[in-house]
Amino acid sequence: MIELIVFYIFGALLLGAATMVVVMRNPVHAALFLVLAFFCSAAIWLLLQAEFLAIALVLVYVGAVMVLFLFVVMMLDINMVTIREGFARYLPFGLFVAILMFLVMGLVVSSDYFLSDAFSTFSHVREGYSNTQHLGQTLYTEYLYQFEIAGAILLVAIVAAISLSMSKAKVTKAPNPGDQVTVKKQDRLRIVKMDAEGKE
Amino acid sequence: MEAIYQFINQQLLMPMSAMMFPADLQAEGLYLMQTSLKVMAILSPVLFTVAYFTYAERKIIGFIQGRIGPNRVGFFGFKLWGLGQPIADAVKLIVKEIVIPSGANKTLFVIAPIVSLAPSLAAWAVVPFDDTKVLADINAGLLYILALTSLAVYGVIIAGWASNSKYAFLGAIRSAAQIVAYEIAMGFALVGVLVAAGSLNLGDIVMAQSGSVFHWFWLPLLPLFLIYFISGVAETNRAPFDVAEGESEIVAGFHVEYGGMAFSVFFMAEYANMVLISVLSAIMFLGGWLSPLQGILPESVLSSEVIGSLIGPGLHWLLIKTSIFMFFFLWLRATFPRYRYDQIMRLGWKVFIPITIVWLVVVSALVVAGVPPWFD
Repeated sequence: MIELIVFYIFGALLLGAATMVVVMRNPVHAALFLVLAFFCSAAIWLLLQAEFLAIALVLVYVGAVMVLFLFVVMMLDINMVTIREGFARYLPFGLFVAILMFLVMGLVVSSDYFLSDAFSTFSHVREGYSNTQHLGQTLYTEYLYQFEIAGAILLVAIVAAISLSMSKAKVTKAPNPGDQVTVKKQDRLRIVKMDAEGKE
Repeated sequence: MEAIYQFINQQLLMPMSAMMFPADLQAEGLYLMQTSLKVMAILSPVLFTVAYFTYAERKIIGFIQGRIGPNRVGFFGFKLWGLGQPIADAVKLIVKEIVIPSGANKTLFVIAPIVSLAPSLAAWAVVPFDDTKVLADINAGLLYILALTSLAVYGVIIAGWASNSKYAFLGAIRSAAQIVAYEIAMGFALVGVLVAAGSLNLGDIVMAQSGSVFHWFWLPLLPLFLIYFISGVAETNRAPFDVAEGESEIVAGFHVEYGGMAFSVFFMAEYANMVLISVLSAIMFLGGWLSPLQGILPESVLSSEVIGSLIGPGLHWLLIKTSIFMFFFLWLRATFPRYRYDQIMRLGWKVFIPITIVWLVVVSALVVAGVPPWFD
């Protein structure tokens, strides 16, 4: 009973927040509503007792990705008027994509996997069952190759991103802390012996 | 403690739930009320600690700098070394007007302090105080902690942006970059703890450290221990990493436009975060509620009726260990000058993260090889 109430609260919040992401004029507000949407879906996953996925969603998307996203959005001076100019022109194409998505999702949801008797109620796992452990074991045994390939792709992406940002040899005046630590008195200071001027 | 809880449960909660909820919701209603009571039992001491932590800070830094610190405000005409100071401060801040700048985004401006305080209080749900006393004994406790500490940055970012002020925005951006950098090192340090303990449950992590002082994880995970605590100082935006506030450069950073209670919620969040980092360091690296005399004295002494309650494992050891870390926070602030910004970034990305990755490999090797006395 409590689970149902919590589900409906977070479900309503999720739908509301997702709508606001699209509707909001201010991109910062839209990004913050996206954070709320992530949060609510994490709560719904928690209800399904998928605690690892739920917390990973908060940790990765809310804690890291959206922070950087907000960072960029806050710095940019986005003019919504110029973005909205093409609204009428792109409307037919947008509608086409929307209907296509709707149909595909309808097909998926009405398939055998999502019939109501497959998800009749909130399933309760047995005591002491660790979601994280199970996921880790499956990932590192059954899906080891896929996991490794994903890791390799991510590594390539990181190397590419770094090399793109480092492509220009930048002239920076940032001091090297190593040099600063090893510097000696002789490098900075020169004592010149001079005779005192005599009295005239 | 147990007796008081049972008494309240039977005399107050059960009749109340019988009155308030319909018969088919009785069990759920009782559970909700019991949980609320437990939450209050945890959060009231935490907030009390936060209030007196500010007093301790002013006193300790005063002594370090050869001053006296607050010594005027007492109770009923007695000065009592200034013990009434936090209460006077709280009254002052509550009574003050909250000024919302005309160019500010009102909703976000008000939400920001709440967003910054909430995660630091919510994280206490999984903190184990004893082998039985924990609010939510969940399997993914460590992940939960990690997720919640990563949310603390939102309060700062939202406050900086909603204030519509250049200083506030500069502070918010500095803080966001810093927290993102140190969060990775912190996460890797926690992965090391996870590998060593073989569990994400904080209670199991403490139990994995039982044996003696040298079984605690501070020894096999020494670099991770230091990195975790230093990253914790950076995450809470405390000196010497307090560039987000940087009084001498950007006035007060992200909360420059805040006053009264709105400011004091930020203030409370900062101190609550410090207490949280301290208690987590104590749990993950200093054996939580375990007694340091374990392994020195025989088990029969530690579990005996009278002496055992003093020197045996218990809540008081956790509190003592937490206080040590809390003192470190103040000591650091009184000792070190503020870091230069580029050096903060260098320390986080180029020093801490490589060290944690290397030590992760070392710890994994130790665990696989079953090196005594920790992993046999």
